[in-house]
Amino acid sequence: MTDNRSAKGWLKLVLSHSVLLASAVVFLFPFVWMLFGSFKDSLEVVKMPPRLLPSEWKLSNYTQIQTYFPIYKFLFNSLAVSVVSTVLQLLVCAMSAFVFAKIPFKGRDGLFFLFLVTMMIPMQVTLTPLFIVFQKLNLLNTYAGLILPGIFSAYGTFLLRQHMMTVPDSLLEAAYMDGASYYRVFWNVMLPLSKPALATLAIFAFMSSWNNFLWPLIVVSDTNLLTLPVGLSKLQGRWSTEWNILMAGNVISFIPIFVVYLFAQKYFIRGMTLSGIK
Amino acid sequence: MVGHKHWARRTAAFVLLLPGVSGLLLFQLIPMVSSGYISLTDWDLLTEAEFVGLDNYVQVFQDEKSLMSIKNVFRFIIGYLPLVLVFGLLFAVLLNRKMRGVKLYRAIVFIPVITSWIAVSIVWKWILNGKSGLLNYVLSLAGIEGPVWLQDFFWAMPAVIMVTVWKDAGFVAIILLAGLQDISEDYYEAAHLDGAGSTYRFFNITLPLLTPALFFVITISLINAFQLFDQVMILTNGGPAGSTSTLVEQVYKNAFQNHKMGFAAAQSWVLFLIIFAVTYLQYQLQKRWVTYDR
Repeated sequence: MTDNRSAKGWLKLVLSHSVLLASAVVFLFPFVWMLFGSFKDSLEVVKMPPRLLPSEWKLSNYTQIQTYFPIYKFLFNSLAVSVVSTVLQLLVCAMSAFVFAKIPFKGRDGLFFLFLVTMMIPMQVTLTPLFIVFQKLNLLNTYAGLILPGIFSAYGTFLLRQHMMTVPDSLLEAAYMDGASYYRVFWNVMLPLSKPALATLAIFAFMSSWNNFLWPLIVVSDTNLLTLPVGLSKLQGRWSTEWNILMAGNVISFIPIFVVYLFAQKYFIRGMTLSGIK
Repeated sequence: MVGHKHWARRTAAFVLLLPGVSGLLLFQLIPMVSSGYISLTDWDLLTEAEFVGLDNYVQVFQDEKSLMSIKNVFRFIIGYLPLVLVFGLLFAVLLNRKMRGVKLYRAIVFIPVITSWIAVSIVWKWILNGKSGLLNYVLSLAGIEGPVWLQDFFWAMPAVIMVTVWKDAGFVAIILLAGLQDISEDYYEAAHLDGAGSTYRFFNITLPLLTPALFFVITISLINAFQLFDQVMILTNGGPAGSTSTLVEQVYKNAFQNHKMGFAAAQSWVLFLIIFAVTYLQYQLQKRWVTYDR
């Protein structure tokens, strides 16, 4: 009986491993293929039958790409936009969330409800007027134009508020008793206590800003201000056959988000699940 | 003293809310309201907008491209949703097992999720290439002649579906994994004592208790599916012959390439109403299949 069970257990284990291993290959292979492709020359990259490894490792794709598109400028733009909008989003959301969680005033719940409502507005509906607002404010083709819409997140406010509600009032009261102002309590007590929630939001904000396509596509036309996704999409439009160059561009856009992922993986998966269902 | 504190509290609330609320007004509510107005006008951004009432909405439902894009989105969902749920559930169950290397597998399954749609689409466009694509080469080894995936009127949408399932399966799996880990061991122990087999346990314990997580995933996936855009722009640009054209792509092209602002706004409202209706319907139907009692 026990023997039988463990044999079945082994079979299950082997089966699970083989399914997962096969899937891991399917999930990873396009990235591996992209990486090796970025070192091939323009003929080898489309050669049939294909070879995984380049016969000669060419670094030139990574330098040549610059002569057609300022890809390293795009990289800088993407990094600058993502980092600045992430930091500002955390600050703005935390400020609002603190009020919604801990500073009662008349009409607060109504205002919070309004925040929740905006979460349901799809981006496409506000797209055209938003473009016009930015045009009126003279923010087309500016960094501010790229960054500003990413700062205000009802979702982020909601996430942080949920966390801040769990911080006991007595902790804050003690600080107020000592004569600390609301701002001081926010900065010196609430923010440090909210680190895990802030970290979760930071990862989300960074990822969505880094991968954002539709808004930068609309707000920026000046080549020097393009972010990586838009830059890459224009690159592929013009260089539809030079896959080696395109793959070099792809690798450049993949590395930063991959590094963030490696460092933040634990938060990433937990944050994804926590903010999802609960 | 009390009065002062009251005053300080109101000031603090005002100051701390100022950026958040003004952002909300300027970038969400005002555009939302003006979008409603624009959709009732004929406007090319340059000349004065002309009020035309519901004309644009009537046109949306007479415009072949709009209708096709709506139809395409439903075609997409019919293919995409079952596949992503089945694979997501399979991975969630496997990744929930206590075995060596499971953390590494979890990390790998998630890598496509974090990568931008643009980078992913470009790689897949290369792999799906008709003549020199890797996929057709692999198929040829098995003696199958693959189609010119992205330029084939029939195969372009299945290709878009396949790539999207590949990218999203990890997301679905992670959410369902969290759901699985929420299920108390007690249920399984009780069933075990009753001599229930693993198939019985899966269908009578796991699946019913997982329905809230499934409901959540389906809601999110549907909302995302209706907003299909990034991958389509790169993979097919809506083609061939509009067979992968989507509503968001139509909104984008009409507003920013054809400068038909009013028409585009009306299309975006139609999209919103479809999403709203489907989500509402789903919420109504959830009573029939989602089990909340634990």
